[in-house]
Amino acid sequence: MEWEIVVGLEVHIQLLTQSKIFSGASTAFGGTPNTQACAVDIALPGVLPVLNRGAVERAIKFGLAVGAEINSPSIFARKNYFYPDLPKGYQISQYELPIVEGGRIKIQTGNDINENTKIVRLTRAHLEEDAGKSLHEDFHGMTGIDLNRAGTPLLEVVSEPDMRSSMEAVAFAKTIHSLVRWIGISDGNMEEGSFRCDANVSVRRLGDEKLGTRREIKNLNSFRFLQQAIDYEVEYQKSILENGGEVKQATVLFDSGKRETHVMRSKEDAHDYRYFPDPDLLPLEIPQDLIDKVMKSMPELPMWRYRRFIAQDVDEYRTFTEEESRIHSKHPMQLSPHLMDYGVEEVYALSKYDATMLTTDICTADYFEEVVRIVGCKNAKLCANWVIGEVAARLNQNDEDITTSPVSAEQLAELLLRICDETISGKTAKDIFGAMWHGEHGASADAIIKAKNLKQISNSDEIRGFVDTVLIENPKEVSDYCKGKEKAFNFLVGQIMKASKGKANPAQVNEILKEKLDRKKCE
Amino acid sequence: MLNLSLKQLSTLLESKKISSVELTREFLKRVEILNQEYNAFITVNEEMSLDQAYVADTMIASGEACPLTGIPIAHKDIFCTKGWLTTCGSKMLSNFISPYDAHVIERFNMTGTVNIGKTNMDEFAMGSSNETSFYGSVKNPWDITTVPGGSSGGSACAVAARMAPAATGTDTGGSIRQPAALCGVSGIKPTYGLVSRYGMIAFASSLDQGGAIAKSAADLALMLNVMVGFDARDSTSLQRDKEDYTRDLEKPLEGLRIGLPKEYFAEGMSDDVSRGVDAAITEYNKLGAKMVEVSLPNTKLSIPVYYVLAPAEASSNLSRFDGVRYGHRALKYADLDDMYEKSRAQGFGAEVKRRILIGTYVLSHGYYDAYYIKAQKLRRLIAQDFAEVFKQCEIVMGPTSSTVAFALGERSNDPLQMYLSDTYTAAASLAGLPGMSIPAGFGNRSRPVGLHIIGNYFSEAHMLNVAHQYQQVTDWHTRMPEITKV
Repeated sequence: MEWEIVVGLEVHIQLLTQSKIFSGASTAFGGTPNTQACAVDIALPGVLPVLNRGAVERAIKFGLAVGAEINSPSIFARKNYFYPDLPKGYQISQYELPIVEGGRIKIQTGNDINENTKIVRLTRAHLEEDAGKSLHEDFHGMTGIDLNRAGTPLLEVVSEPDMRSSMEAVAFAKTIHSLVRWIGISDGNMEEGSFRCDANVSVRRLGDEKLGTRREIKNLNSFRFLQQAIDYEVEYQKSILENGGEVKQATVLFDSGKRETHVMRSKEDAHDYRYFPDPDLLPLEIPQDLIDKVMKSMPELPMWRYRRFIAQDVDEYRTFTEEESRIHSKHPMQLSPHLMDYGVEEVYALSKYDATMLTTDICTADYFEEVVRIVGCKNAKLCANWVIGEVAARLNQNDEDITTSPVSAEQLAELLLRICDETISGKTAKDIFGAMWHGEHGASADAIIKAKNLKQISNSDEIRGFVDTVLIENPKEVSDYCKGKEKAFNFLVGQIMKASKGKANPAQVNEILKEKLDRKKCE
Repeated sequence: MLNLSLKQLSTLLESKKISSVELTREFLKRVEILNQEYNAFITVNEEMSLDQAYVADTMIASGEACPLTGIPIAHKDIFCTKGWLTTCGSKMLSNFISPYDAHVIERFNMTGTVNIGKTNMDEFAMGSSNETSFYGSVKNPWDITTVPGGSSGGSACAVAARMAPAATGTDTGGSIRQPAALCGVSGIKPTYGLVSRYGMIAFASSLDQGGAIAKSAADLALMLNVMVGFDARDSTSLQRDKEDYTRDLEKPLEGLRIGLPKEYFAEGMSDDVSRGVDAAITEYNKLGAKMVEVSLPNTKLSIPVYYVLAPAEASSNLSRFDGVRYGHRALKYADLDDMYEKSRAQGFGAEVKRRILIGTYVLSHGYYDAYYIKAQKLRRLIAQDFAEVFKQCEIVMGPTSSTVAFALGERSNDPLQMYLSDTYTAAASLAGLPGMSIPAGFGNRSRPVGLHIIGNYFSEAHMLNVAHQYQQVTDWHTRMPEITKV
């Protein structure tokens, strides 16, 4: 029996605002319990919610980035249920009229960069408030309540059931994750709970039109758990169906230790949340000028930036984007990035791999483009290699972020310029970069080259001197080479570089050595 | 002294013929003597009241006095008051000392009035007789065997018995106007959105509106001058230019068109109330007003609509009283659910439970469209009725209550009969319109009759003018119940 997996995701994204969605209390993570909960957050009698405009702007930004409709008005509704970390006894959310409706996300499926892409449709995205936390440890059989998180703004993004594997679900979650960070509406910190997923999973016989009964896996806070939970759930549902059973609708939790799901509540126990419009909040009207303002603050989106990085020339890029726009979008945002004044017309003809790596987050892309701006477009490949290679490796080693890199884009560009003008070799550059990373000479490449006298020797007479000396000192390798052992050549190059303390221009060394050896061969 | 208007008291204070401390002591003394019998106050705190009086006297001495500085005002126990027990008439909040001030309280504090005490009320403002209070019934000072009306019964009683010169109240379906009528005092519920609901413990958010109870329309105007104002902490608060509600008091009523909805004068109104209202209409004719017969065809629907919407909102608003963070928590419980159930079962009275059940029911899956959505549609029709009527007249009049004060216990076992007490007042609440009740004589057994005045949105100054002119030619509002104890 062939089965088809059907997955839809709900992603809860904490929005990066200074204060909470309905109160002035701080949203900072990690405060002493209940120190960031004001009268509104602890739901004292008589208090009222006031909507944070910043949260609304971030929701609009997301909506525009995925080409969705921005509803005006949208309605806040109360979702009623009792829980100790839900102080009002209801959560303010959006139900019938969410702020964002529709939209789509392009995901990459499979490992082959950009060869397999898929469109996942979004149902909606709505604003709501986060709950507090129940702390079950340290209270000797009792439960502690921390309301610091209560009222943190959330954007809940709901997808259509368009994904057909756990890999696609993870790709979708990762794309959303990178997008919300890219447009700056969330820090996406999964350890701190800023980004959490619920997965609706069902299976059906391949070819069936009707969806199978779904089970919802709640609160997955890592991509790995998301994948494992879906994989387990799929196997579980398949085994039931293959044994002639029936999947019962349920909400389940994933036990990451045992790598299995277990039922939290069945359909019969499902809450009746008694949603109704919150009479404390007026319908949310969004004036066009607010949408325009948010639109203006939108950075060039990763998809477009990727296209631009791989394009061979500006014309190709334009053709590309115009075609894409025709296929996918209705918002001018997506329609034509050229309408937006990003001040960028540069294309770099990078490989898809390089472009993908450089567009994983906006700071890396910005860093790269700043380097290229100084070093020049024709050296874009060199710049990309360094940002993806040396810089990324050092950052990884030290678990640092590109925004706090000890070597700035300008400083790296200075170093790369010295490679381009052949003042130093690529190998020497790596040593200099190491010194820069540790802050030597104010992380200035030129200062380090000067202080350590690392300027490349490009004087051919001087290089001839090194070559001659090495040939005399290594008669065995010379004769090996003459007998056809090509390997000996590399050994000799190494000796010459060593003799020059690494400063000899490698290209010239190669050329001169070859010329001299070939002459010997003939002798 | 007891019958002086707010303006007269203010003049005495400003001219330093009396100090706020003396005035406050005077009223505190009266409260001490009378409250045992009338039960109008839940909390009296002499020390805190006098502290405010000292501050007021300092303000007056330094020339910083505002119109009401130094005057004692009673506050309904629905308004959160910093450092004061704020119970909302419920066992649930019988241990709740508010850590903050409601917007209304803040405004009175800024003016330098003295909080003379927190007045009794129906539990969570749910009731029309003040009998649902955890703190016991309030007695009507005109006849202590009868109810004062509700839910702001304590405030109405306090003003009627002259235990306070004026009081705050709140009105959701008639909770200011009906007790004002039954106690023979004046009360106003302004347009929804004029008085901030911040710190006013919510019953039905889309209907709740703060207002005032006082002896006269002129006093109410001064009270509104303090209470009305934009508050960013209430999203339904309206941002409007500041108004002086006394500005139109003295205008003549020549040419005023008063609409008399035929539905208000149909069956249901008792004869004594009818006589009082008719007499008032005669007075208005003499003052130059013209009567217009109008129709509010959906009047009958206002009680059913109100008793779907208000409980729906209440069922959600009262969810926060769960025993977790403040308020009553059961002493013994087995687990979390048991704690919720026991705390709420013990903390809430029968009427509150009844409304939570009704509200939960009408919001439930499968019933929501049939009740809640339908009621919302009818609410719009009721508002449209008024919009039509206000094309034909400036003011609508009728009875505030179909009967004079009824006996304690008479309706408390018959919720439906009790709910019908709001028949004339609920419609204006549903439409968000301002409403008033002023004394219009006495009915059976010398119990007060109230005249109901409804105006268009934001027409409070005009309504106060209409009431004030009547009070210039009548003296019902100056009548005081005979109180033998003092």
